[in-house]
Amino acid sequence: MPASFAPSAADLLRYAPETVLTVAGTLLMVLDPLFAKKSPKLFGHLSIAAFLVAIVAAFQANGAQGLAFSNLLIVDGFATYFRVLVLIIGIVTVLLSYRYLDREQAETGEYHALLLFSVSGQCLMVASNDLMMVFIGLEISSIATYILAGYLRDDKRNNEAALKYFLLGSFATAFMLYGVALIYGATGTTKLDEIRAALLTRGADAWFPMVGIAAALMFVGLAFKVSAAPFQVWAPDVYQGAPAPVSVFMATAPKAAAFAIFLRIFTTAFNQIAGGWEPLVWISALLSMTIGNFAALTQTNLKRMLAYSSIAHAGYVLVALASHSDDGTAGAMFYLAAYALMNLGAFAVVIHISGKGEKHVRIEDLAGLARRQPVTAALLTVFLLSLIGVPLTGGFFGKFYIFRAALQSNLVWLAVLGLLNSAVAAYYYLRLLVVMYMHEPGDVVENLEPLTPGLRAALILPAIGIFYLGVAPGAVLSFAKLSSSFVR
Amino acid sequence: MNLLDLVIALPALGFVLALLMPRTQENAIKMLALGVSLATFVLSLGLVNGFQSGQTGQQFVTDNIWIASPEIHWHVGIDGLSLWLVILSTFLTPIAILLSWKAIHDRAKEFFAFVLLLEFGLVGVFAAWDLFLFYVFWEVVLVPMYFLIGIWGHDRRIYAAVKFFLYTMAGSVLMLAGIIFIYLRVGTFDYVQILAAISSGHAMLTHTEETLLFLAFFLAFAIKVPLFPLHTWLPDAHVEAPTAGSVMLASVMLKMGTYGLVRFCLPMFPTAARENASWIVALAIIGIVYGGLVALVQPNMKKLVAYSSVSHLGFVVLGIFSFTQIGLDGAVYQMLNHGISTGALFLLVGFLYERRHSLAIADFGGVATVAPWLSIMFLVTTLASIGLPTLNNFVGEFMVLQGSAQANFSWTVFASLGVIISACYMLWMYQRVFFGETNEEVKHHVPDLSLREWACVIPLVVMMVWMGMYSQSFLPVVSEANAKILDQSKMNVPLRVAAPRMTEHAPPDLSRPPVTAAAAGGRADAR
Repeated sequence: MPASFAPSAADLLRYAPETVLTVAGTLLMVLDPLFAKKSPKLFGHLSIAAFLVAIVAAFQANGAQGLAFSNLLIVDGFATYFRVLVLIIGIVTVLLSYRYLDREQAETGEYHALLLFSVSGQCLMVASNDLMMVFIGLEISSIATYILAGYLRDDKRNNEAALKYFLLGSFATAFMLYGVALIYGATGTTKLDEIRAALLTRGADAWFPMVGIAAALMFVGLAFKVSAAPFQVWAPDVYQGAPAPVSVFMATAPKAAAFAIFLRIFTTAFNQIAGGWEPLVWISALLSMTIGNFAALTQTNLKRMLAYSSIAHAGYVLVALASHSDDGTAGAMFYLAAYALMNLGAFAVVIHISGKGEKHVRIEDLAGLARRQPVTAALLTVFLLSLIGVPLTGGFFGKFYIFRAALQSNLVWLAVLGLLNSAVAAYYYLRLLVVMYMHEPGDVVENLEPLTPGLRAALILPAIGIFYLGVAPGAVLSFAKLSSSFVR
Repeated sequence: MNLLDLVIALPALGFVLALLMPRTQENAIKMLALGVSLATFVLSLGLVNGFQSGQTGQQFVTDNIWIASPEIHWHVGIDGLSLWLVILSTFLTPIAILLSWKAIHDRAKEFFAFVLLLEFGLVGVFAAWDLFLFYVFWEVVLVPMYFLIGIWGHDRRIYAAVKFFLYTMAGSVLMLAGIIFIYLRVGTFDYVQILAAISSGHAMLTHTEETLLFLAFFLAFAIKVPLFPLHTWLPDAHVEAPTAGSVMLASVMLKMGTYGLVRFCLPMFPTAARENASWIVALAIIGIVYGGLVALVQPNMKKLVAYSSVSHLGFVVLGIFSFTQIGLDGAVYQMLNHGISTGALFLLVGFLYERRHSLAIADFGGVATVAPWLSIMFLVTTLASIGLPTLNNFVGEFMVLQGSAQANFSWTVFASLGVIISACYMLWMYQRVFFGETNEEVKHHVPDLSLREWACVIPLVVMMVWMGMYSQSFLPVVSEANAKILDQSKMNVPLRVAAPRMTEHAPPDLSRPPVTAAAAGGRADAR
């Protein structure tokens, strides 16, 4: 093949979402000194516009599916699904951040630029076909998120969260890289399809135990990123300490992207050695669900409770991975979308009530919300019912598809224990409903400001999404199903 | 869209409309809720009118695809078993709304919206013919009831509401696992097709699988019934719920459990149902006697009625697991009877509470002298509840006892104790509340029934007499449906090596004609 230094037009199209986000992020940094004082909201508006353009670009790219840049990238339905998902998460995060940044009098230019970079990293990750690209995407995403976690630099909890996240995150990335190195040593390639082909033709035993160790190391790295047990310890501290909009961003976008690549690596490259990793995932799934749910039972801090709940939800997605089938992959894709929406909505309420300096983040601070702001309370109810898994919400269908996939793969015990876990989880979500509806309004609620337009949008959009996924899940699910079968 | 769809959809529409109304328009919301529920009731009478007796199988069927993959249908229809339960739901909802007219002021909008949502779920549960859809409705019922108890209940309402939610949820997640398992085995959620596949032997379950699936479904239903020893949520939920909540809970929601047993456990898992019948019947009889004895010592009227429910529903379970035509008919009839008479009891106790702001029996006495009409209505209801001939419960209890006698006479002996005990606790309570010396508080605060209260009570009392005097208005269609269910629950017995012990207990063959030629053919081939 003659060397060509100019990428083809198709390649550029397939890479368009990342380009849009990177250019927009850079533009924001340039504009920052000019408009930071005059119109702090401008940066939010611009990033929403950038995300919207990137969504369009992602759909355009989906029209030209295929490999790009010497097979480093792959654009398929799976990649498009997750690109669009993280972009939507980006939009809602911006919506939730308007009020928060305003209240904390934080600078907005850098914040939104970092957000755009982080999402561009995630878009790159979900579309990678090469472990090096995975690593680059992961780092772009992570480094921006490390900074965001400590964004309010005068706040000591922010600093603590950022430092913890950074140290443990780098450690996990090192594990991941170690795994990549071993794989390269064994098979001589870092491309997912080539690894798969190599394992298929020579058999994994040819490199025993190197490939197994590599897979295990990458499992550790990715399990950390998705906060799955036993690598979940950082999550509650970091989610609690980081600024609330960043917490929810961390709990949704990087997690969705990490799960995407988790699914892609383990069902393509390591498909041959499934017998080896399935038990690991099985154990991790059960541990995550159980630890997450039982720890959440005793929390009094809303953010911390939601952090534990997100560990439990990571467990449910791992159940889908453990079932190792197209239906499982589709179930995980569907669930991650539903999970992102309900978490964004729940955190939007947390941001709404928390007040300057996040003083009010205890569960009791929600007391009597239904009396003073019934619509806010009703929307939070929708998110909580979805987190519990009550029918007609997206959360229910997500759980349903996941446990169906698990039963289909004869993981009867995992499915039963998972379902019982979701009954346990009902208890701590119900506590919020109890406090909101059945307690008298406390000081926090009495002095609550009305919903700002940004937060209102950040509540209503996810609620619509949850009902859409809960009542008419067909379209999303069939797209997920279709693209999941091409991942292999 | 046929009449049944309309009956299901109308309350849901009312729920949405009520939510959209401004909260200051309290009266308009109440009128809307009452209007919607009355319209639903009138429409549902059209179901009775159009119901073709003599046809086995479901009527008023709508079967549309809701979700393409996995294929989930909006498949609703009613047969003789569900017909009266649907009517019971639509009949009691307007009453529940009317009786809350004065009692609910705080957040009235949400209250009446939730009652309508509850009706939507209840009608849906009894009409669903797709297992998935059934589960959806089953869970939908949970949410409004949770809020009704938790927001408008009495002192320990939060504890009761959470306990109620968690108990039910714990049972139903296992049922969900069971539903998915059956789906994977049979390839559909459609209940008609599942039954056909199971009875024709297309989807053979191993003995262990059948037993485990039976237990998964049974647990969900038994919690809802509630069967001893899973009943502990019930007294809490009943006592703490507002009157309308207690009425709907006792009258209709508990029937979801017994309905599920008849509709799903017997036909889908015939062998397991028969093999496990003995211990289930034992629990039912323990429930009958235990519930009665505990009711006897309650100082709180609502708690007394709640424990009497445990006792009465024991009869229903006994009738179901007697596997006799008359026992099953009696069980279904008893579900309706219990809905009417216990609903009326909760309603009247609620009236007393509104007057005196107490539920303690000791706070009353001599009510009969100040409120004679209230006392008479209460007396009729009490007598109905203890099974006086010519009133409704007598018919059901008699049939259940007769059915259980056909199956095993000793069951009847123990269960009959429950009838005696019920007379003791009910009459003793009546005596303490309505007779004796009128205390000062009662004298000043207990007026007789108002017009609105009359409107709530009269329909119930009329139904008690009607159902007691002329059960033929109701029973024939129930019998037809039950005959089919009994037939299905036999179907696999000759196919498998059932425990020989069970055939001894099995009822004498009622030698009914086979339901369909195909089913009969299938059996003949298997032999």
